[in-house]
Amino acid sequence: MTAPLLDIRDLILGVALGRSVRPLLKGISFQIMPGEAYGLVGESGSGKSLTSLAVMGLLKKPLAVSGGEILFKGKNLLALPQREMRNLRGNRIAMIFQEPMTALNPLSTIGRQIAEMFVLHQGKGWDEAGKLAVEALANVRVPNPDRRARNYPHQMSGGLRQRVMIAMALACNPDLLIADEPTTALDVTVQAEVLRLIKELCSERGTAVLFISHDLGVIASTCQRVGVMYAGCLVEENETQALFADPKHEYTRGLLGALPRLGSRSLHGRQRLVDIDSIIADRSKLTETRFIAPRGTEGRQP
Amino acid sequence: MTAPLLQVDNLHVHFPISGGGLLGAGRRTLYAVNGISFELAKGECLSIVGESGCGKSTTALSILGLQAPSEGAIRYRGLPLSGPGAPGRMQRARAVQMVFQDPYASLNPRQSVKTSLAAPLRLHGITAKSEISDRIEVMLANVGLTPEQASRYPHEFSGGQRQRIGIARALILEPEIVVLDEPVSALDVSIRAQIINLLLDLQEKLGLSYLMISHDLSVVEHMSNRVLVMFAGQVVEEGPWQQIFTSPAHPYTRRLIAAIPDPYAAMNRGERPERFTDVALPAGRDFLFEVGTAPDVFAAPAPSELIEIAVDHRVRLALT
Repeated sequence: MTAPLLDIRDLILGVALGRSVRPLLKGISFQIMPGEAYGLVGESGSGKSLTSLAVMGLLKKPLAVSGGEILFKGKNLLALPQREMRNLRGNRIAMIFQEPMTALNPLSTIGRQIAEMFVLHQGKGWDEAGKLAVEALANVRVPNPDRRARNYPHQMSGGLRQRVMIAMALACNPDLLIADEPTTALDVTVQAEVLRLIKELCSERGTAVLFISHDLGVIASTCQRVGVMYAGCLVEENETQALFADPKHEYTRGLLGALPRLGSRSLHGRQRLVDIDSIIADRSKLTETRFIAPRGTEGRQP
Repeated sequence: MTAPLLQVDNLHVHFPISGGGLLGAGRRTLYAVNGISFELAKGECLSIVGESGCGKSTTALSILGLQAPSEGAIRYRGLPLSGPGAPGRMQRARAVQMVFQDPYASLNPRQSVKTSLAAPLRLHGITAKSEISDRIEVMLANVGLTPEQASRYPHEFSGGQRQRIGIARALILEPEIVVLDEPVSALDVSIRAQIINLLLDLQEKLGLSYLMISHDLSVVEHMSNRVLVMFAGQVVEEGPWQQIFTSPAHPYTRRLIAAIPDPYAAMNRGERPERFTDVALPAGRDFLFEVGTAPDVFAAPAPSELIEIAVDHRVRLALT
């Protein structure tokens, strides 16, 4: 049996309010196998982004982990000294953010920003790193990578900037890529291209992906396994196909019924959308039941 | 024959862009909207879909009177809404109102809900306190809020409730036409269904006509009677929703529909089944625009025409 690449065990995370601590993640556990694409869905405030920040070690006061382990290749990231964590971050674990304009440095060319990855993590000189950066841009299918490397972020469109973010994240061939709502700010056609790009590049290189989104369609088209989060708990986890075909948890069923489904009106006429509050009488009881399906397969399917 | 509720006739909106040179050197014209025509009937929901920059919001702004058209006419019940003889802002406000994408950005944070809702009534000459509070109470009930919530401020509400307030504010003057600009895209998935249901209920109850702007095609399919697909300031395809979603003719429409990640289609692994039926084009004709190329917004579009390929279903073809 292969060991999981990322193994989160009973992660508890809270925000300190005076002397008391309010829990925000109430014991999250899941594993990502090498090369697997794992999706986390949920509403805003359900804790998906906090989970990813905890993995990256980017939590700031007053947020603090108060229990559990995050094992990456068997090493507990929470116990790692700052310096080692800094080596891992960007190198072995990389992240793509939702809004590329705020994540890129507006004062430096994108070529230099990508080259920085090679200089910092692989000890390359700036000249060589510059050439590698152009190559990295070509890999994410940016047209005219030579010319584009000399551009500043504001000279590029939203879709191109997101490609630059992907190039930067994948520069050092990380083992795990965290994509936090990578396409929410993009137009639908551009979204489709960016999703395809992430999917192709990661399966070529065998990079595992932790995909975070509130869009069930995006998750379904990219991930092999999905976890549904609600109020700081993982309420349901299953293989993608099984989850959508047969949602077990009340909340997952509500979430699926709340979406207008493309093509359903021409087949069944206009059906009233499910109001999640009307089928769930007591939201506070939602996290009492959990459905975590056992893994049938390991890692990426051929 | 009675005039249609809203009629947009050959609407053009062009923006002069200064080139930054001396004495106006390098000045160019940006062709934002190039000859849009459509009619909106009473009680109908017409959706305009397209990517950012295709001119859908500019069209809506022209209808609201917030952007003067460069050419063309907009008529409300046969009377011009723009140009000479147009009604003032106040009269137009009784005919057309707008629901914005982000209710938090469009509500005044320092005004209670009641103040926000009472302002338009006062401006339109309703000053009796009892009548104002009666109408506010009825409107809040319509959108699913309680009268006690009227004294609260926008920050005290959740996103879904704020959008309800935005809808209440648009409807308080009892307009016949409501422009919905991405009404649910800023909301959480679980809240979207509630707002979509509310909008459909209100449309039926109050006989409203919606002009919806959206790029979320699953919402468009759910809500619309007719759909206009815009690209580079022109309508490339228009028709009843059934036709647009089951037999889209223009490659751009097909591309938009295919780009929607559908959780159920993805379940089947691989490509979704090709469920579009092909449409026969008149011999020797071709679609305007090559799909996948960026349009040149600084040039007037190539001559083209809308051809009817089925009842009420039109698609734009290049002129040969």
